[in-house]
Amino acid sequence: MTELPAANIAALQLRARTIRRTALGMVHAARLGHPGGDLSAADILATLYFHVMRLDPANPRWPERDRFILSKGHCSASLYATLAEAGYFGREKLSEYMGPLSLLNGHPDRNKLPGVEANTGPLGHGLPIGVGVAKAAKITGGGWRTFVLVGDGELQEGSNWEAAMAGSQFGLDNLTVIVDRNRLQQGAGTEETMHLDPLADRWRAFGWSTREIDGHDLGVLAQTLGGIPFETGRPNCVIANTHKGRGVSFMEDRVEWHHRVPTDAELAAALVELGGGEER
Amino acid sequence: MTDRFDCRVAFAEALVALAEADPRVVAVCNDSVGSSNLKEFKKRFPERLVNVGIAEQNMVGVAAGLANGGLMPFVCGASCFITGRALEQVKVDLGYSRSNVKLCGISSGMAYGELGPTHHSIEDIAWTRAIANMTVIVPSDPAETAGALRAAAALDGPVFLRLSRMPVPAVNAADYEFQIGRAVRLRQGSDVTLIANGTMVCRALEAAELLLADGVHASVINLPTVRPLDREAIAAAAAAGPIVTIEEHTVFGGMGGAVAEAVVTFNPTRMRILGVPGVFAPTGSTEFLFEHFGLTAANIRVVTLELLQECGRV
Repeated sequence: MTELPAANIAALQLRARTIRRTALGMVHAARLGHPGGDLSAADILATLYFHVMRLDPANPRWPERDRFILSKGHCSASLYATLAEAGYFGREKLSEYMGPLSLLNGHPDRNKLPGVEANTGPLGHGLPIGVGVAKAAKITGGGWRTFVLVGDGELQEGSNWEAAMAGSQFGLDNLTVIVDRNRLQQGAGTEETMHLDPLADRWRAFGWSTREIDGHDLGVLAQTLGGIPFETGRPNCVIANTHKGRGVSFMEDRVEWHHRVPTDAELAAALVELGGGEER
Repeated sequence: MTDRFDCRVAFAEALVALAEADPRVVAVCNDSVGSSNLKEFKKRFPERLVNVGIAEQNMVGVAAGLANGGLMPFVCGASCFITGRALEQVKVDLGYSRSNVKLCGISSGMAYGELGPTHHSIEDIAWTRAIANMTVIVPSDPAETAGALRAAAALDGPVFLRLSRMPVPAVNAADYEFQIGRAVRLRQGSDVTLIANGTMVCRALEAAELLLADGVHASVINLPTVRPLDREAIAAAAAAGPIVTIEEHTVFGGMGGAVAEAVVTFNPTRMRILGVPGVFAPTGSTEFLFEHFGLTAANIRVVTLELLQECGRV
């Protein structure tokens, strides 16, 4: 694997900052949302959409496109910010987030918004769908790859482990699950709620080729996600160690920011801390 | 005696024929190759059979994903599990997502008789017809089962096909071709209309025959599509007089409930809704349970006569 040149990393950093700034602004404007998880996922989203995936935003249903499924559908603001950034629709649409009759529902709807692959929201749905999408490529000889971003708390849903068995049984090396391992869920820490560790061992035991990385290091993310399949014939698992609320000091690792909405002053302070994104 | 058929045979043949004609057709099952009669499909298209093991939530999600990848999955498994166990996936991954997936509930109703209420599927019509974008079909005989599969394949969207393993006679005309959303009048009468689907259509026809001896002329309507409902046919039946519905399903929210919703909207008339009366079944064979719950020609006759008396029609 070759390392990403510094200029490319800087470009990804700018994308990630923009996703963070945009998502926070959307949550603030809608007075609703899940900013903590939006911020923990931003670097993963930036890497996938602006470095790894083969996409054609002008032709969102291109059959050979790589697929991204946001299983943690409540982090829709960061997904929408990413899709707008990638050119699936105009950035002006983002101001409609969760408004009356908006196409930008609180949880993504593939029939309303180009670029959305699956209707998610209830947890534990994305990975089974991802197994099906990847299996379809194996059956048809399609060349697309499938990426599923799951929250860590979400892994308490048993359907994920049904899908984990199937991904391994079917030898889906074209399927990658990325765990946004921010160690917090809605009410408390994941480990005190229903522990997930040793998480990497669990995925390995299910037959997944598993790597544990810093989910905010864009160079490492790019190298890791750009290097799939890790092993021929095995599905890929990337445990991305992240921080909920990443990038804003007073939100980082604070459970209340799961779905707290920033005040005007908090938003202003957050944008200062995030710094030089592109203004949207 | 009239020949009776296990509709799983027609189901399996129709599925193989569809798969031959359309490379998008795949079968998804939960270790149910035998019970869903998929052996021939597996032999012919081994690479197009996706067996997820005993994991129904995953099965429905995988099917939605296969559809995203351009395929047309037929999910085949015991009706109680592929609906009830995976209901949220049916709602979100199929209905809400408008995924092109055909959910084939085998051994629906009380086909599993003695195995008991855990394996009975007498709530599946109520569950699925409550979900937007779903088409719900309950075929009554082999020809209609095959026709329903073809029609489901021709429709771009989620369909629940509620199939049975109970032997039934051919009840529809030889030249009949099933159409989604169309009720079929099998018998014309002027006093009362019996509306049935699935395994109950043959019993409604027998009951109509028995009623003749009472001087009662009953219409019989086969109502295979519960959603979308043939409201015109139901409005016409309601205009003609009282209605008795018969289904192998709980009386809460099933086909009878759907008919009643249309009847009160268009042409209120008295009805009787025959089915399982909101209880879990006792132990017994399917035939025993049909007797137990009055899902027989003899009891349909009795209930119909009571209804007509109430209406002052006899």
